[in-house]
Amino acid sequence: MDSFQQILFKLKAYWAERGCIIQEPLDLEVGAGTMCPETFLRVLGPKPYRVAYVQPSRRPADGRYGENPNRLYKHQQLQVILKPSPPDIIDQYLGSLEAIGIDLSKHDIKLEEDNWEAPTLGAWGVGWQVMLDGLEITQFTYFQQCGGIDLDLVPAELTYGLERLSAFLQMKDSVYDIEWTRGVTYGDVRFKDELQYSVYNFELADVPTLWKLFDLHEGEAKRLLELYPKYLEKDRFPLLPAYDQVLKCSNLFNTLDARGAISVTERVGVIARVRKLAVGVAEAWVDQSQIAEAVSA
Amino acid sequence: MNFLLEIGTEEIPDWMIPGALEYLGGRFSELLPNVRTDATCRRLTVRATEVPEKEPDREEWVLGPSASAPPQAIAGFAKKQGVAVEQLVQRDGKFAFLKQIPGRETRAVLAESIAGLVLKIPFPKTMYWTAKSGPRFIRPIRWIVALLGDEVIPFEIAGVQSTNQSAGHRRMGRPRFPVTFENYEQALRENGVILSADERRAKIQAEMPVRIKPDPKLLETLVYLTEYPAVVVGDFDPEFLALPEEILTTVMRAHQKYFSVETEHGKLAPQFVAVMNIAADPDGLVKHGNERVLRARFNDAKFFWETDQRRTLEDRVEDLKSVTFQAKLGSYHDKTQRVQGLVAILGGSEHAIRAARLCKTDLTTELVKEFTELQGVVGGLYARAQGEHEDVASAIYDHYKPVSMEDSIPRTASGQFLAIADKLDTLIGCFRIGLIPSGSKDPFALRRAAQGIVKIIVESGRRILLRTFVAKDPKLEEFLLDRVRYYFRDIRGFAYDEVNAVIAARWDDLVDVQKRLQAIQAVRPTADFEPLAASFKRIANILKQADYTGTGRQIEPDLLEAGPERDLYDAFKQVRRTIASLEYQPALEAIATLRPAVDRFFDKVMVNVPDLRVRDNRLALLHSLLTEFSTIADFSEIVTNSQETKV
Repeated sequence: MDSFQQILFKLKAYWAERGCIIQEPLDLEVGAGTMCPETFLRVLGPKPYRVAYVQPSRRPADGRYGENPNRLYKHQQLQVILKPSPPDIIDQYLGSLEAIGIDLSKHDIKLEEDNWEAPTLGAWGVGWQVMLDGLEITQFTYFQQCGGIDLDLVPAELTYGLERLSAFLQMKDSVYDIEWTRGVTYGDVRFKDELQYSVYNFELADVPTLWKLFDLHEGEAKRLLELYPKYLEKDRFPLLPAYDQVLKCSNLFNTLDARGAISVTERVGVIARVRKLAVGVAEAWVDQSQIAEAVSA
Repeated sequence: MNFLLEIGTEEIPDWMIPGALEYLGGRFSELLPNVRTDATCRRLTVRATEVPEKEPDREEWVLGPSASAPPQAIAGFAKKQGVAVEQLVQRDGKFAFLKQIPGRETRAVLAESIAGLVLKIPFPKTMYWTAKSGPRFIRPIRWIVALLGDEVIPFEIAGVQSTNQSAGHRRMGRPRFPVTFENYEQALRENGVILSADERRAKIQAEMPVRIKPDPKLLETLVYLTEYPAVVVGDFDPEFLALPEEILTTVMRAHQKYFSVETEHGKLAPQFVAVMNIAADPDGLVKHGNERVLRARFNDAKFFWETDQRRTLEDRVEDLKSVTFQAKLGSYHDKTQRVQGLVAILGGSEHAIRAARLCKTDLTTELVKEFTELQGVVGGLYARAQGEHEDVASAIYDHYKPVSMEDSIPRTASGQFLAIADKLDTLIGCFRIGLIPSGSKDPFALRRAAQGIVKIIVESGRRILLRTFVAKDPKLEEFLLDRVRYYFRDIRGFAYDEVNAVIAARWDDLVDVQKRLQAIQAVRPTADFEPLAASFKRIANILKQADYTGTGRQIEPDLLEAGPERDLYDAFKQVRRTIASLEYQPALEAIATLRPAVDRFFDKVMVNVPDLRVRDNRLALLHSLLTEFSTIADFSEIVTNSQETKV
């Protein structure tokens, strides 16, 4: 039986063999691997790109103090981007399941319609949730739009839920019982995060402070985006740092939401604020890439 | 010749497939005889037999210059058509030429048209995959089989060239293999694909070894979600049966696509039926995996059920203050207060008012956060578990009903009052702040809410004067009226002009609207009805043209001329007396007896006579006829064949 980390190694090796850059996680809080610049920005523009990385993904509202066997504040996603998507993408994906020891002749696999949309990113795509014996193990998406921009090349995004997949392979009923590596469980490694962040997100996070931080990060992102059109040396303009600020806003929004500090109608407004920043970065990014192309050509 | 087309795709959403086939069947039938269509989630197939090799030859007149045109023009035309001037004939004052057009080869016609036709399938949400400017389809097209006779019809879609190579089941078939029209189904079968939806459905049904709760919609989903379905029966711990059935079945159906199983006594059994997309589960791995997933799901639900019970619904009323209903319309606490008020005005009992107070509190429970489709139901279940009166519990349970026009209305009076009040409050509030549905935009589902109200009132037979609640807002009144029309016309199937006629008379009381509609519908086929309706329309026109408002004018019997005019007046008085005590249908039948008198009047009597007193008196008579007999329906709204518009 493979451990959690062996499963990870095997998946990374599998996608490395298929031309993916193996990246390390983004060093900021994000809600999903999609939000990392490696996906959000790289899918823009006409340049092919293949990358895979594990992204710890934070969903403050999903925290359960480490008490729920299936629900986590922070889970690990393996994010794979193949841009453009090859015609045999689904076969390649199924191959990755075989690579981690799933005998597909003995299991039930279904691709059930599940379209994906991230309003805060101005992004959407169509695709499926991949069901393995009734368990959703992967979200498969053909991106259509990102940052409000129609994509030149359509990437396939594969997002593996690593805890679920490992629990399935190891036949564990609780994610906390997953063997991370020999003699160490997932619970040993992660329980404290789950407990402490649940306490913080649901009980102790200071709402006015979070709003203040939100405003500060939003302000900084805005300031940079307003500066970009006037800035002369476009190719060295710091859009990636600007995008960091957007991600900060997104995580603060999620935390405020978990804290119950955002009403349904406010939600729409705050989402629109984050979206505006994300779209702004995406547009500038495309512009900057075109300028860089022109310069190198 | 035989024709075979197979569009091979990645997995198409199951619910879109029947519509796509219907479209393909229709369009191909315009081109080919004996068309039949089939599909699995990965292929759309069109087959046709006895396809002619070519289209029939045709003749077509080509018109040239006019007969009087100069010779050069005529010669030019002949040259252009490749014929001698002598071969031209004159037709409709022009030189013309009967051109022989040989029928084109079917293969060429199909090669040209298939791609466009396939790409025009109206899918609800399409994607592009080759590049931004590339074609759009529901999912990427990966292979195409196109055969006429033994030959491939050459064309391409999105860079995929047609061949004779099909593809099998992802795990039970070969990735590519050649097919012919004749061996197509058999070749698919050998490669793990059952092409016919009927056969897949029959296979699933035949393999169901236990009593399942019938669920035709789920069955269709599974028929189109699979290429080779097979049934797996799993078990769950009977301990979970302590949870309400609604929760267990929702988890199974909506989240896992499982059928629920019943015991002999109609109770939920600790079993489920899953349908897999593979032939067999020899080692029980699929069964075991599904059981594990369901256990986790049930454990979640159980955890929520128990956590939620720590606080009663009553405890949660205060919490609603922090749950926004709509920014300008306040919190759910505010809404609850308003709904309680409305329930009281509508005549709801103490139980109905209590239910109104508690009905939204389940929005704060974990279970509803997890299974939003169970809102209301969960509230009802908690109310029952917490010892609320059964009438309160069932009213909460039902208060989102009807969720569609096919759904039933709340079972009890309290439920009906609560459901109406809740929807009415949403409508009044949203209209007040300008959230009015337009086109396809209806984020608060106000149309459904309004239709729900209409359906509840009519089907429960409650005499609720709906108009009095919306009269202050003309836009809402019109919106609601629209929904009333829609309900009677599209849902109940009454003719649109009958609906217009009945509503034009009055529509305060929808139960009464229904009664009058039924009466009209019954009387309409009788001989006198439509001609009389036509006469009423004529009367309305006469009065309109005369600008006759009729206020304060009485009929002066002395001024009536003996004969048809007097007869009409007498008939009018007679019928008026008769119908005062009659139900709608006999009343309408009585009114219809006026027809000969009305006809004779229009035959023999001039309305527009020089003597103004006589004229006005005649107008007054006609006006009385119209107003007295328009309380059931405004007959001038009835569309008749014998419509006379002249005055």
